[in-house]
Amino acid sequence: MDKCTACGLCVEKCPTVVVDKFNEGLGKRKAIYKLYPQAIPSGYAIDAENCRFLGHGKKCQICAKLCPAGAIDYEQKDEMLNLEVGSVIVAAGFKAFDPSGFETYAYASHPNVVDSMQFERLLSAGGPTAGHLERPSDLAVSEEIAKAEKRLKKLGRELKQLEKKHSKSTDEVVEQFKAGAEGEDYERWASMAERLAASESKLADLKEKEAGARPPAKIAWLQCVGSRDLNKCDNAYCSGVCCMYAIKEAVIAKEHSKDPLDTAIFYMDMRTHGKEFDDYYNRAQQGGVRFVRCRVHTITPVPDSDNLHICYVTDDGKLEKEEFDMVVLSVGLEAPASAAELADKLGFDLNQYKFAQTGSFAPVSTSCAGIYACGALQGPKDIPFSVMEASAAAGAAASRLAGARHSLVKEKVFPEERDVSAEALRIGVFVCNCGVNIGAVVRVPEVAEYAKTLPNVVYVQENLFSCSQDAIEQLIQVIKEQNLNRVVVASCSPRTHEPLFQETLRNSGLNKYLFEQVNIRDQCSWVHSNNPDAATVKAKDLVRMAVARGSLIEPLPVPSAPVTPSALVLGGGVAGMVSALNLGQQGFKVHLVEEKERLGGQALKLNKTWRGENISDFVSKLIDDVNGNENIDVHLNAKVKEASGFVGNFKTSISSNGGGDVLEVEHGAAILATGAHSIKPDEYLYGKNERVFRWHEIDKALETDLVRNASSAVFIQCVGSRQPDRTYCSKICCTFSVQKAVELKELNPDMDVYILYRDMRTYGEREDLYREARARGVIFVRYDLENKPVVKETDGGSLEVTVMDHVLGRPLTLKPDFITLATAIYTRGIEELGRMFKVSISKDNFFLEAHMKLRPVDFATDGVFVCGMAHYPKPIEESIAQALAAAARAANILSQKTVEVEPIVSVVDQEMCIGCGLCEICCPFGAIRLVKIEGTGYRAENISALCKGCGSCAAACPQKAIDMNHFRDSQIFASIQAGGAAA
Amino acid sequence: MSEAFEPKILAFLCNWCAYAGADLAGVSRLQYPPAIRVVRVMCSGRVDPLFVVKGLKNGFDSVFVSG
Repeated sequence: MDKCTACGLCVEKCPTVVVDKFNEGLGKRKAIYKLYPQAIPSGYAIDAENCRFLGHGKKCQICAKLCPAGAIDYEQKDEMLNLEVGSVIVAAGFKAFDPSGFETYAYASHPNVVDSMQFERLLSAGGPTAGHLERPSDLAVSEEIAKAEKRLKKLGRELKQLEKKHSKSTDEVVEQFKAGAEGEDYERWASMAERLAASESKLADLKEKEAGARPPAKIAWLQCVGSRDLNKCDNAYCSGVCCMYAIKEAVIAKEHSKDPLDTAIFYMDMRTHGKEFDDYYNRAQQGGVRFVRCRVHTITPVPDSDNLHICYVTDDGKLEKEEFDMVVLSVGLEAPASAAELADKLGFDLNQYKFAQTGSFAPVSTSCAGIYACGALQGPKDIPFSVMEASAAAGAAASRLAGARHSLVKEKVFPEERDVSAEALRIGVFVCNCGVNIGAVVRVPEVAEYAKTLPNVVYVQENLFSCSQDAIEQLIQVIKEQNLNRVVVASCSPRTHEPLFQETLRNSGLNKYLFEQVNIRDQCSWVHSNNPDAATVKAKDLVRMAVARGSLIEPLPVPSAPVTPSALVLGGGVAGMVSALNLGQQGFKVHLVEEKERLGGQALKLNKTWRGENISDFVSKLIDDVNGNENIDVHLNAKVKEASGFVGNFKTSISSNGGGDVLEVEHGAAILATGAHSIKPDEYLYGKNERVFRWHEIDKALETDLVRNASSAVFIQCVGSRQPDRTYCSKICCTFSVQKAVELKELNPDMDVYILYRDMRTYGEREDLYREARARGVIFVRYDLENKPVVKETDGGSLEVTVMDHVLGRPLTLKPDFITLATAIYTRGIEELGRMFKVSISKDNFFLEAHMKLRPVDFATDGVFVCGMAHYPKPIEESIAQALAAAARAANILSQKTVEVEPIVSVVDQEMCIGCGLCEICCPFGAIRLVKIEGTGYRAENISALCKGCGSCAAACPQKAIDMNHFRDSQIFASIQAGGAAA
Repeated sequence: MSEAFEPKILAFLCNWCAYAGADLAGVSRLQYPPAIRVVRVMCSGRVDPLFVVKGLKNGFDSVFVSG
C-alpha cells in the first residue's frame, strides 16, 4: 500500500469482473479494486476470494506484471496484533435491514423495487450510473446487451475460423446441410449459424428495449420498512433517520432529473425532529415532493411493463391505485451481526434489539467499565449524533486515562532551519513521471529540459515517483548537496502531497514554505490524455508559473502560543456540569459559570427519563461531584461581562452578585452550555386557567389531587413549535407527553388520556413507549396546523377541548380535568455571548455549530464549543453525550502545551491603511479589526490566531495595505505574468 | 477570429472546492480543452479585481474565478 500510486493500471487489465457490493450489487468491479473512488488510503486491494491467482489457483498475476511501482504483493496476509490499551471504544455501526423477506413488496423479485441504500448509490456521482437516474431494469438491459454482443462476437469468430478452415461460406454450408448434405463440422456449423441468428434477433429486441428506456418519471418511497414493525420483523423501534433520508433522496432525485420527476413518500409519522430538519421537510413540500400518510401493504408489478402499482388509502378514506416507475424501500437500521460477537468477546450487554446497552446518564458507557460504545451500534441514529457520540466516547475514555496522557507519545525532531535570507536564489525543479501516469502523456524529459532554461533554476531532476521513500531520501540529499533554497515539484496535487514534501524540506533544514508544487498529473496528463502536445505545453507553462512564484516565496515562521490549560464552561445545567466534571476529571482547571443561584438548570424540574431513570437523584449527585472536584471553580449568580482572545488564550471577565464582583479568568477553551427555556404560550387558556399546565409543570402536579383524581386528561403537542413563527420541532415533547400519559394510566387505568398531536415523533427506542401508551389505551388524535384544537372554559369553569378527529372526520369534544401543553423550547440572551465569543447563531436562535453534520460541537471559531439545549432542544441523554463531546474537543486543545498558529494570514501595513474598515466588514472570522492609534485615528489590525487565510480582506483593501503571507500580491502577479507569457 | 482560435484562460481556483474539483476531474479522467492555467488561492475571496486585469493584460484571453 505504501508503494501504490493509485494509477489504476491493474484495475484496467484485471480480467475478473465481480458484483460490486459497495454499490449495493448494482454495478460491477474488478477483483483488484478500490472500495470507492475517495477511499483512504488511496490504493488498490486484491479481493483474494475472486482473484484468479489467489482464489482460483490459476496463472494470471497480470497485475504484478503491469504494476509500475512494484506494489503487488501476493504474500500479504492478515496479521494478528496484540495491543495493550486502557479502554476500548466500540463503533461497529449498523446493518441496513434486508427487505427480501417482505414478499408483498416484491423486493427480491422485481428489479425496480430497490432499497434506500441502493438508491443512494444510484444518485451518487461515484455510483454505477455516475449519478444519472436510471432504473435497474434498464441497467439490466444494458448488461444483457453487453453479454449478447460478447456472445455474438465469439460466435462470429468461430464461424470465421470454420469458413477459413473449409474455404466455404456459412450460408453455403447451411443451405447444403438443410438439403441433407453431410460434411466435416457441418452439424456444428449449422447449429452455430442458427444460434448466431437467434442471438442477433435477441440483441435487436434488447436494443429496441434500450432505445425505449427512459429515466424514471415517478418514484415512490415507502417508509418504515424494517422499522416500527412487530408484524413482519422484530424491529419495533423507529430507525430515526429514514424520514430525513427519504426526503433528501426525493429532493436530490428531483434535482438530478432533467424531466419533471414525480416523487411520493408514503409514511406514518414524518419524523424530522433534528436541527433545521423541519425546514428541509417544508422546503421539500414546497418543491413538490408529495407526502402521503399511509403504510402501504403491497407493491404489485404491472403486467407487461417494468412498472409497479401501489394501493393506498387517502386521508379521507378513499382507496387509490397509482402506478410508479420505481419504488424505494426506506429500510431501517439494525444491529450488525458483529455487535453480538463483540459483546460476547468484550463482555458488555446488549439490549432487546441487540444494540449495545447504555443508560441515559452515561450515554456512551457500556455495562463493562472502560468499554464505550458510540454511533448506531448503540441504537439507530443519524450522522451528527454519531459524530457527537464518537467525541463523547473519546472524552469518557480520556477521563479514565488522564493519568496516562502523553505517556506513549514520541516527539518528532527536525534539524535546525537554515537561514536563507542572504542567499542568492537556487531553485531545484523535480519533474515526476508518476510511473506512467504523467510520463505516458506529458513528455517529461522535455519539461525537465525546459525547466533548466528558467531563471534561478540551478538543478533539475526527473523522478519515476517523487513521493516514493527512496526519492524522498534522495531529495533531502540533493537539497543539501546543491544548496537549494527553493524547491518546485511538478507532480500531482498539493492537496494530497504538499504536506509530505513540506516535511521533506523541514528534514533537509529548509522552511516548509519554500516549497511549491505544480499539478501536471491531475491538470495535464490525466485530463488531456489524447493530446500529448498540448499537455506538454501546459505542463511547461505551469512549471514556468511555479518557478516565477517560487522565486518570490519566503520562509514563514510557524509561531506557537502557549495554551492556558483551563476551560470556561458557561451554564450550570446538566450539559455544563457534565462538561465541567469531565474536564475536571481529566485534570484541567475549570471555571463553571451559572447565572442562577444554584446548579442544576432545567433538569431540576424533571422526575424521570423516558426509560424511567430517576433524574433528581442523578442531578443531586452530579452537583455534589462538581462541587467536590478540586479542579472546578463554580461561580453562581454570575455572568460573562466581556471575552477576548483566541484558541488557547482566552481572557474573560465574569461578573457575579449583580455586577458587584468582577473576576478575570484566563482559559484555553470555552464551552457554551447556556441551555434553553420553554415558552409561556398565549393560547389554549394558559395562564388563564390554573388547570392548564406547561409540559414540565405536570411533574409537580402529579402529586396533587387534581391530577390523582382526574378522570380525563388532554395533552396538546406542538404548542408554539412547527408553525410559521417558529418552524422547528422541539424534539423532546412527544416522548415526554407519551411518557406522562403512560404514568397517568399507571396511576389510574380508568383515566381517559388523550394526546392531540401532529406527527408522533417518538424516535429510536422511544417508539416502545408509544406502543405501550396505545396498549394502555391512551387515545391519540391527530390534528393539523389549519385545524388546531380549541380550548374553552364552560360556564361551570370546566375545560372543554374541541378537535377534528382524523379517523372520524368529525369534531370531537373532550372535557378534561386538566390540560398539558407541550410548549416550544427556545433560547434567550445568547446574542450577546455570540458576539463576545465571535460565534454564529442560527435563524432559530440557537448556537450554530461549524458544520451541522461533521462538527456538531465545534464552532467555526477555534477553541469554543457548544453543548446541550443552547445548540438545539434535546433529551437529557443527548445533552450529556454532547457535553462529553464538547469536553473531549476542548481537552484536545488543553492537553497541548502550545498551539501552532498558521502563518498563512493577512499582514497589515498600518502606514498605508486609511482605517476605512472594509476589511473588518469582509472578514468572515472576526480576524481583522480597527484599532484606535493615538494621533493617526483608526488602523486595521490582524488577529492571526483567528485568521483562516482566505484573503478577502486583502482583495477588499482599496489601499493595498493588506497582503497575504504565502499568497502575496507580488507572488500571484508573478504566476499571472509567467502564465500569460509565451513559452 | 479564425475557427482554430483556442483561448488561453487564467483560472483562479479555491483550494478547498474548485481546486479539489480539478483534482476530481483528473482522477475521473474527464477530458477538457487544455486552455486553462491554474493559480491556486486559499479562497476565491482572495481574487482581487486587479488580478483579473493583470491576467488580461499579460496575454490571457479570459479569466475564470471558481470557488
